[in-house]
Parts: sequence; C-alpha cells; structure tokens
Amino acid sequence: MTRVAVLKGGRSLERQVSLKSGARVEDALERLGHELFAIDVGGDLVERLQIERPELAFVALHGRDGEDGTVQELLDAMGIPYTGSGVSACIRAADKVLAKHAMRDGGIPTPDFFAFNETAFKELGAARALPAIEQRLRFPIVVKPAGQGSALGIKFARTAADVPSALVAAFSYDRKVLLERHIPGRDLAVSIVEQARLPMALPIVEAVPNEEDFYDFESRYEIGRTTFVCPAQLPEGVAERASALALEVFALLGCSGFARVDLMLDSEKGELFVLEADTIPGLTETSLLPQAADAAGISFDELVGLMLHAAAAQG
Amino acid sequence: MSSGSDSREGRRRSTRHDLERYASLFAERTKVMKSSAMRDLMALTEQPDVISLAGGLPDTSTFPPDSYASLMETVAAESCSRALQYGPTEGLALVKGCISDVMREEGMEVDPDEVLVTTGGQQVIDLVCKTLLDPGDVVVCEAPTYPGAVPTFCAYEADVVQVTMDREGMRIDELSETLERLEREGRRPKFIYTVPNFHNPAGVTLSLERRLELVRIASERELLVLEDNPYGMLRYEGTSLPTLRSLDEEFVIYASTFSKILSPGVRLGWTVAPPPVLAKMNIGKQASDLCSSSISQYFVSAYFDSGPWQKYVRSLIEIYRRRRDVMLDSLAEHFPREAEWTHPEGGLFIWASLPDYIDTTDLLARALEERVAFVPGRAAFVDGRGGSSMRLNFSGVSEREIHEGVRRIGEVVHEQVSLYGTLTGAAPVTRPTPEREARPAADQSELAKVLRLPAQRKRAG
Repeated sequence: MTRVAVLKGGRSLERQVSLKSGARVEDALERLGHELFAIDVGGDLVERLQIERPELAFVALHGRDGEDGTVQELLDAMGIPYTGSGVSACIRAADKVLAKHAMRDGGIPTPDFFAFNETAFKELGAARALPAIEQRLRFPIVVKPAGQGSALGIKFARTAADVPSALVAAFSYDRKVLLERHIPGRDLAVSIVEQARLPMALPIVEAVPNEEDFYDFESRYEIGRTTFVCPAQLPEGVAERASALALEVFALLGCSGFARVDLMLDSEKGELFVLEADTIPGLTETSLLPQAADAAGISFDELVGLMLHAAAAQG
Repeated sequence: MSSGSDSREGRRRSTRHDLERYASLFAERTKVMKSSAMRDLMALTEQPDVISLAGGLPDTSTFPPDSYASLMETVAAESCSRALQYGPTEGLALVKGCISDVMREEGMEVDPDEVLVTTGGQQVIDLVCKTLLDPGDVVVCEAPTYPGAVPTFCAYEADVVQVTMDREGMRIDELSETLERLEREGRRPKFIYTVPNFHNPAGVTLSLERRLELVRIASERELLVLEDNPYGMLRYEGTSLPTLRSLDEEFVIYASTFSKILSPGVRLGWTVAPPPVLAKMNIGKQASDLCSSSISQYFVSAYFDSGPWQKYVRSLIEIYRRRRDVMLDSLAEHFPREAEWTHPEGGLFIWASLPDYIDTTDLLARALEERVAFVPGRAAFVDGRGGSSMRLNFSGVSEREIHEGVRRIGEVVHEQVSLYGTLTGAAPVTRPTPEREARPAADQSELAKVLRLPAQRKRAG
C-alpha cells in the first residue's frame, strides 16, 4: 500500500477533464488498495503536500501547470516521486513549437510549420511575412496556440483571408502560436505505457469523424460526432511504423511512464507525420489512452498500477 | 495481459465514475449540442475569484432576512401540515390568486382554472415540448434564443429553426418566409417560442406591430406560440406593451415565473394555456413531479398577503436600472468603436457584438485569465452562429464589479482588435473618446446591425 496524492483540477482550461481523470484514478487507486487523498490544485498545493506527506503523487492535471513542468518542478523540489514525465520532457512536449523543433532536428517527420510570438507581429511586422509563409505551407493551414492541450483555439484557415482571425483566436490561449501545414488523411493516436522500464506502444486509436464538419476541431472529439476505432485498421506495416515513430518521439523528448503521440497518416502518399506528444493524456471514460490500454487487455486499474509502478521505479 | 485483477470485489467497492459501463444504455437524446470544450470553459466561469457577467441570476441579497423569517413563521403557524403535504398538480388556489394579481398587473385577466402552477418557468418549456413534440418536429424560435431552452428542445429531439431578430425583436417577414419554406418542405412546426420582453440573451423587445402580426400568423396557421415572459415586470424605461396572451387567447401559451419578482429559490412559475393544451400539460406534470413544492406555494401566498408585492419589485427595478446604466456606460467607456450592443429597456441582459474576426469562445478563454467571464454568443444558437457575440448580465453583480468586469473584457477586446489591425495592416485602432454617446444602439439606423449575425461557420467542401 502506498500513500498517494492525486493532483487534479487546477486553473487550466482543461480543469473539468482533469477532475474527471482524477476522479477515475482515485477510484482505481482505492480498488488497488492504496491510501489516497485528492488535491484540487491551487494556492495551497505545497502546504497540503507538506502536511499530508504522500509517498507518491499521481499527476492527473492537464494543460497549464500540470503538463508544462510546473507542478513536476515543485514535486522534484519536495522530493516526492510522481507519475509521468519529468520536468524537461513536460516542458518540451507541452510547447508544440519546441516539440516540433526537436522532432525536425531529430529527423522525425512533422508537418512543416512556422511559429511566432505575439511580439513578432506587434513589434517586428511579421504580418508582412504571412504571404510567404502561406505560399510555403499552402492552404489549408492549421493555426494553433503553442501550449493549449485541448482542441480549443485550433483553427483551420482555408484562404489568406482566414489567417488573421485564426491567429487572433490562437493568441487568446498563448503568447506563441504556430501555423502548420495541414496533412489530409487519417487521425491516429499511439499511446505508450512503460512496463518494467520498457516503453510499450499500445494498439493505435483512429478518430473517424462521422460528419462532414471535419474541420470543426472543437466538436471533433465529441461522442457521437467521431467514432474511435481501436485497433485502427491500417494498411500493412503502417501500425508498426506509427508505433516505432511514437516510441522514437517518446525517447527523443525524454518522456517517462506514459504518453500519447498524435500522428497523421497522409491519405495520398501513405506517409506518417507526428503532430505532437501529450505527456498527461486524458484518463476519462472517453479518453484515448484508456481505450488503447483496454484493447491491449489492460484494465484501467492495471493501467493506473503500471503508471504508479513506473513512478516508484523512477523515484 | 489479463484483466483478472479487476475482481468482483474491487468493482463492488468503487465504480461511481465508470461512465463507460452505462454509456451503451444512454438514449440518443442525451447527446447534448454544446461541445465539451465549451462546457469545460463555462465551468471555469463559476470560480470564486472570477467576476462573472455570465450568470443570469437575480439579486436575492436585497430580500430582508427578517421578512423571510416572519413569512416562514406564518406558514408554520397557519399551514404547517398542508405545507408539508402534497398539493394538487395544478397548484394551490391561494397561489393562483397571487398569479392572477401579477397577470392583472401585466394587463391580463385570467381564470384560475386556466392556470397551471409549475416548478419554475423552465418546467413550462419542458411541458410544452413534452405535450407537443414528436422527435423531428419543428420548433421555431428567435436567433439568438434563450440558451436554457436549447437543451430542452434537444432533449425532445426537436428540429430547431431560428429566425433572426433586430431591434424590434423577431423579424416577422423572415418568420413568414420560414413558415412557408417549412410548409413546402413538409416540415410541420408545432410552436413558436419567443421571449417578447427584454429578450434573453438579446435584450430587445418585440414591437407592438410585430406582436399583432405574430398572433395573426399563429392564428391563421393554427400554430401555438409559447410566450415566455419572465422579465415583463422589470421595465426600467418606456411603456409596457400588451402581452401576446392579451392579444390572443386561442393560440398563445403564456409562461411566467416568481423567479425575477420574488425569488428563483422558490422554484415557482406558471402557465396559462388553451384548456385542451393545459389538460395535457397537467398530465405531463403529474408524470414529472406530481406537484410543485407546497412549502414554496404557501410561502409565496404568505408573501402576497403580507403587503403590496409590487414594492419589492420596484426596489429591484431601481437596483437593476442603475446596474444596467453602469454597464451601458462602462461599455461605452471600455469597448472599442467596432463593438455594438443592445440597449435593453428592462430585463437582465445586454447582447454585445464584436467584429466578425473575434470569436467570443476564444475571447472567453483569454478573459478568464483576467478573471472575468461572459456567455459566448454561440450558446444561444443551434447552428454554430453567434460566434462574435456575447451575453452580459448586469443583475447579479455589483455596480463596481460590472464596471471592472466590462473594463477587463474591454481590455482583451482592444488587444484582439489591435492585433487584427496589425495582422491585416488596417489603420491603428483608437479608443473611444470619453464624450462618446453612451447608447450607441439608440441610433435606429445602426440598431439592425447590433443583432446582425455572423455567417455560419465555414465547412469543408
């Protein structure tokens, strides 16, 4: 039996998802016979940890603070082992721009992109470079905030006229945004879990939109609008390549414990492109990582057990 | 790996969050329209340090605790056992008397037999849907519409068709065209849902001329109109207009509530409907909750007996009028020239529209960082429109908070307008001058634009 602090909630835009993930983890920990207490992360986080003295922290936070290395840094400082990736991997993965640079430098295919801080537009006249960027990336272009984990703020620009409002929307979430070439094709997620210190790729989940509103990112992961297929039915060799790429990204960014890597399978050439890595993917009833684990015959409780075990081994 | 450790013992102990075990049992209609991202965002607006102009709450802090205590004492002394008992589905005669008083004040005489007391005005919407709608039936409503009605329409699997509004409320020319189109398409609307006074969220009031036209059309086509009038008593300026119910008793279902004139906590509303419709609604209510709270009904009745109920309403009108004025002044002071907003003569809400390139859902995310919130306009549409509008509430927050909240929203709007200007090379944006007209929407030629609706979101071909 381990005394575990479940960190959830917080002030990020993904608070609600985190509360759901956290609640589910609590149930699992209880079933596994651990002693647990939950912390809705706020101003008293450090104080609570000092008083409660957990042996281990289960970080079920998504988005800002939880996924960007902030909470991990605090836990490191306090000497409390925790689930998932360490500070540096969190920082690299949470910032899509850093992650994409790392991938590009590491020879991992990722859609072409350009990224800018708000100051580039405000102070350096970056707007004048937009036509050149648009020419390089070719429409349609996906515009994203660098640091937002959910689908919020991701816009699809089909023409040059759409780009400024898409940028304004993305800047609502972050001071840094990226413009990325859109890869038309199939939307794949590879979840990775470490077992006995060895990262293992789980069966791939494909998100298949049911309706034509494919570019409405906010509704893309709604129940009823998207069908999740796991394991994805892919041409021969693709699943292996996707899994290998995901494992490479996992290692490249220095992830540990578990992660989810999102990829696109180009419908024309059959090439794979990595979009991003998520160091604390959702653990709710409809989240992709638990679905993938389930397809591998790993129950949710076993999954939580593996995450805990990996954390203890690191600590 | 096997799932053997997922023992029966374990399952018995803790399964409260395992939604997926029940998901296959859920009905199709439980799929709500709003995206989960939007729901998650709205949940953040309720955090304690956020100035929320997103709510729709009346200010109940002005009701004297002593009065509450003495009213409850009266209920205890005079009607204890009856207040603790079930009551008739249609409501207690005592409360129907109070309802008659309120309706008389709004220019209507009503026979108590035509009244059904409900659990808030919201239950009327539910009962009307339950009584009239088969899955796929058309409901016509305003665009934007009351956001709280949307889940009800969806729950009954209605085909919701929205008709745009301007400063005079629902556009009747468009309504006529819509009804004709629906007829050609063989789609039968069952009722038209409207909030004629101080619309939620639009803040506008249906003009007399349009009221007359609306009831004429309903009568000609033998269509029902659900007139939702929760705010009618909260008029801060101008002259009251006749309710639709007072213009036509055959095809109007009237809904109102004690929520805005006394307390939403009593959860008491009512409906007045043509007798055959009312009889069906009564059966629907029996199935829902047998009767509304007897304790609340005795409380309301004691309240009406205790003195003129209009006095408290007048005090609320004074408070809300000041808050509305503070909000209008703050908007004029802090919102950029590109923004437009309605000038409600009553009610609780102002509807503000920003330039098309600002998405208010994204803006809300930015505003939450500044600890201020509003309702993104998209919540009031079923078809993705309303993306650059927002609903602002002025009844539930103090004057100081209204000013500060609008200032903070104005800051982030300015930020986005300015960024857009930079991105497109448009002229730098200037802030409004202090002497700017505080009521921009009063200029009639501009008013139609205030409720203008952005084009539907583009879809991939």
